[in-house]
Amino acid sequence: MTRNFALFPLMVVITLISLPLMVMYGFLILDTVTDAPPGALWPDEFTLRHWRFLWDMSAAGNVWKATLNTAVLALSMVAVVVPVSSLAGYAIARLNLPYRRFFLGGILVMHAFPAVTLLIGVFFVLKFAGLYNTMIGVILVKGALMLPFGIWIMKGFYDAVPWEIEMAGVQDGASRLTVFRRLILPQVKPGLVALSVFAFLDGWGEYLLPRVLAPGSDMTVMSVLLNGLIAGDDIGYDFNLFKAVGVFYTLPVIALFAIFQNRLMTIFGGGTKG
Amino acid sequence: MRLNLENFTKCFDGTPVIEGLNLTVEDGEMLALLGPSGCGKSTTLLSVCGIYRADGGRILFGGRDVSALPSQRRNVGVVFQNYALYPHLTVEENIAFPLTVQKPRPSAAEIARQVREIAELIHIDALLGRRPAQLSGGQQQRVALARALVRKPDVLLLDEPLANLDAKLRLEMRSEIRRIQLETGITAILVTHDQVEAMSMCDRVAIMDKGEILQIDSPTQMYRSPANRFVAGFLGNPPITFLEGRTGPEGRFSMEAGLTLPLPSHLRGMPSGRPIALGLRPEHFGHGGQGQATGRVTFVEPQGREMLFDVQAAPGVTLRSIQPTRDDVSIGDEVTWKVDADRMLAFDAEGRRL
Ligand SMILES: Nc1ncnc2c1ncn2[C@@H]1O[C@H](COP(=O)(O)OP(=O)(O)O)[C@@H](O)[C@H]1O
Ligand SMILES: [Mg+2]
Repeated sequence: MTRNFALFPLMVVITLISLPLMVMYGFLILDTVTDAPPGALWPDEFTLRHWRFLWDMSAAGNVWKATLNTAVLALSMVAVVVPVSSLAGYAIARLNLPYRRFFLGGILVMHAFPAVTLLIGVFFVLKFAGLYNTMIGVILVKGALMLPFGIWIMKGFYDAVPWEIEMAGVQDGASRLTVFRRLILPQVKPGLVALSVFAFLDGWGEYLLPRVLAPGSDMTVMSVLLNGLIAGDDIGYDFNLFKAVGVFYTLPVIALFAIFQNRLMTIFGGGTKG
Repeated sequence: MRLNLENFTKCFDGTPVIEGLNLTVEDGEMLALLGPSGCGKSTTLLSVCGIYRADGGRILFGGRDVSALPSQRRNVGVVFQNYALYPHLTVEENIAFPLTVQKPRPSAAEIARQVREIAELIHIDALLGRRPAQLSGGQQQRVALARALVRKPDVLLLDEPLANLDAKLRLEMRSEIRRIQLETGITAILVTHDQVEAMSMCDRVAIMDKGEILQIDSPTQMYRSPANRFVAGFLGNPPITFLEGRTGPEGRFSMEAGLTLPLPSHLRGMPSGRPIALGLRPEHFGHGGQGQATGRVTFVEPQGREMLFDVQAAPGVTLRSIQPTRDDVSIGDEVTWKVDADRMLAFDAEGRRL
């Protein structure tokens, strides 16, 4: 109980610092369901008209199609990054690979490498491979760029599993594959969960790659659609519509954080509690 | 099952850690590999179970060469120092794991029966539903033992099994492990750096140093008659005291510091002037014998039933005596106590027993 007292001043400070942010979020949500007279801060009228984009496709474009595209991209990131990272992370952490150090160094460098600088090269490669302006192309490129992060995280989780567990498994007569599947994977489950969420969020929030590599209207994702709302030629943006679409876009992110917040912390702690 | 190591050699990064080691463990015997940390005990053990591949020589189980077989096909049970239980499985699932990966896989009823049987033998039948994190150190140790024994291995290997337990549990598990080994009649190797463990649990002890086996003998024989100075110094607590000096005339031994003692009777004929070292165990000083030493008591350590005395017999020469507790001697007293010269151990300049 004394611990809570010690934490109290800290919590006050954190609350004060994040107050402006909270106010802004408050208004963001408030503005999507109200109208205010020009120039006024406080709204005077409740309305759902800013949410009309949900059924009126002329308001902000085909939001549902964009949501579907974004979900496809995000889920594909999970489907690509998690299996590859969990296998590659294990190999890097445990197996006596040739060129292991080279791989390790390579992963670190690629993790730190700014992806934007690769964009033009990637563009030409995709054009050449016939994957330009396809969702597959975006998924492959985005997945490849995220893998170093995923592999590195998973390696950390595998490193925390004692060697002896593996030896004991082999000694008990199980093959390396059985040991991996039945004894090692369950122990890095917190890592798998956290990495899945991160991969999903990363795909969900991606803007640059779909914008550049798949500009076709069929492939529009939410971030691009949102950008289109204020980057149009016509003057007189509908800011409240923009905010409403933004909140709609953010809802799954908030939901995921709410569900997985404890698990996500393990990625930074590297622990295997729970 | 009888276990042989023939000319076994193991290198790490090209440097041999163990070279040409020979060892036989008889069927149903429990042998201790005893030696200081880093002498290659674990390396030997992990090579027997197949986790390390031998770089030379052969490993035989019951006469069958298993050197080329992977761990999975050697049928060896291993208890690791930190137990290596599977944290996400219950005790029952932990013990059942070796059976569930067998081919063909036994029926669920058969697995349950065997798990129950071994759990009863090891007295953990009440714990089957728990997870490793909910067990005490001693209980984890038992589970690890059950898991190693459940598929009836040819050989049981224990790597420092008691090192992580507190003193009381260690005493209890010492006799438990021995009981289980005797009841199952399994051939076992116990790796330890603790002489008490090795001597109290095993039929024979192999003393290792720097990748070499120096002596293999029964605990009593090894204590009474060590092959060399290292073995004599390693066994015994409180340890033996070594006295460096030369043989003198008339079957005597003298040190530069001034102490002289009679030589053990079988060495009385030695020419004088030879450098030798005598080893005097604390229980052979102050209990009778032909020799005697006089000195000042510099330290007294009461241990309850016994007392340990340090006696400075000459400048820089401290003899140690262990005796039943007595009140008539205290620090600073001058004492003259008998030295049992015939029970002293003599070593030449190279450390070989004379
Ligand atoms: N995997 C390894 N790689 C390199 N050297 C090792 C390895 N394992 C053990 N050694 C070395 O081999 C020697 C014996 O080690 P070990 O068998 O673990 O000793 P202990 O008798 O304490 O169990 C030590 O000098 C150790 O440094
Ligand atoms: Mg060791």
